Amino acid sequence: MRPTTWQRMDVLARRLTPFGLTLVMVFIAILPLHVPGFARVAPLLPLLAVYHWGIFRPELLPVYAVFFIGLLQDVLTGAPVGINAVVLLGVYAVVLYQQKFFAGKSFAVVWLGFTLVSAGAAVLSWCLFSAYYATLINPGALFFQYLLTVGLYPFFGWLFLRWQQAFLKYD
Amino acid sequence: MKDYPRPITRLAAPIKSLAQRFALIGLVVAAFALMILGKADTVLVERFRDVVTDTVAPILDVVSRPIASTKIVVDEVRELAAIRDENARLNKDKALLLQWQTVARRLEAENTSLRAILNYVPDPEASFITSRVIADTGGAFAHSLILNAGKRSSVGKGQAVMTGDGLVGRIASVGNRASRVLLITDLNSRIPVIVESTRARAILAGNNSNRPRLIHLPQSASVTPGDRVVTSGHGGAFPQGLPVGIVASVADTGITVQPFVARNRLEYVRVLDFGLEGILPTPSPPAEQETPAR
Repeated sequence: MRPTTWQRMDVLARRLTPFGLTLVMVFIAILPLHVPGFARVAPLLPLLAVYHWGIFRPELLPVYAVFFIGLLQDVLTGAPVGINAVVLLGVYAVVLYQQKFFAGKSFAVVWLGFTLVSAGAAVLSWCLFSAYYATLINPGALFFQYLLTVGLYPFFGWLFLRWQQAFLKYD
Repeated sequence: MKDYPRPITRLAAPIKSLAQRFALIGLVVAAFALMILGKADTVLVERFRDVVTDTVAPILDVVSRPIASTKIVVDEVRELAAIRDENARLNKDKALLLQWQTVARRLEAENTSLRAILNYVPDPEASFITSRVIADTGGAFAHSLILNAGKRSSVGKGQAVMTGDGLVGRIASVGNRASRVLLITDLNSRIPVIVESTRARAILAGNNSNRPRLIHLPQSASVTPGDRVVTSGHGGAFPQGLPVGIVASVADTGITVQPFVARNRLEYVRVLDFGLEGILPTPSPPAEQETPAR
């Protein structure tokens, strides 16, 4: 039986949600939360989302979507355009390359993978920023940002997994 | 029953993965190209940034509202808890300020009479608009805000952004309905300042930490922690005397300044227009004349 138009639209809408959720992460990351000292160490939520969907449903977050997310993040945060795009593409590439490793692994292993991958991403972004501004940027805030991002991974990872089970199970 | 892949799928799969790999490499190259373009042609990339910021500004505006309301409620509860202490403190402050008021009245009268003698030309009066902060672009690298006011509200590039406490930063780029503020803590921020007590000129340079540094201070100048730092008005970017911060520490490695403004409390800011051209001259097209035919 051929699916009806509504069914196809439903599937399409569901399949767009990983991209949509990643986009939402970009916006959440720049909201003024008015928490003292938070802005400088605001977690890298888009990175977290790209990592998660890159492992579990890479076909729903294709490479050009990752590029787009990175560019948007650069433009909105006032960073040099292209830097976060490179970092996110790097994370995406590593995750795709290691897909066999991650397949069927427990949540703890995925989290451990995230601590490594995001450390690499932090170092890469520090190098790119320092090279762009031709100065050594103080890495203190970046370190705490990294810790906070890693610490928040279980929460968002769990949220995304629930989302997958609820909306992306049958396609 | 097993489904054997048809020849076309068998052929298509590796091509698809190859294409995907090329797409990845191509996009990384494109991102690097954009970075270099941004370094070489700032105007083009900044315009692109303005257009995108303008487009998403309404979204940010709406999304940031509930957070602002929550903050108001939290603040009110907190204030209610501390109302007695606050009252005592305010009474004490009032007594002190009344003394200051007397001094200020006397000085004002003296100033007026002296100006009359000297034929003094007064500074231009500042006009300002108040705008809401709709995004605080967090992160370890860039320190900037997005405001929900742009060219339509006559915000201009290079204008000073303040709160009641002191200087926040300057307008770095303007779109039609949103503008970006470069905070004084950003790596790219350089503000001409003076140390108020000694009148020593210096540059306040942001370094992506919470405490920007004073650089290019004269060798002879003596600075002690606790000195007030205000804008100097040199370079024509900012007017003179806007409060910036307090000298926090003096060491061989550098002098750091604690800004008066706390970043997390920025909710509404004032954009000041002193009619100054500033160090960021933007070539204005001559066709855009603001004289409508009547």
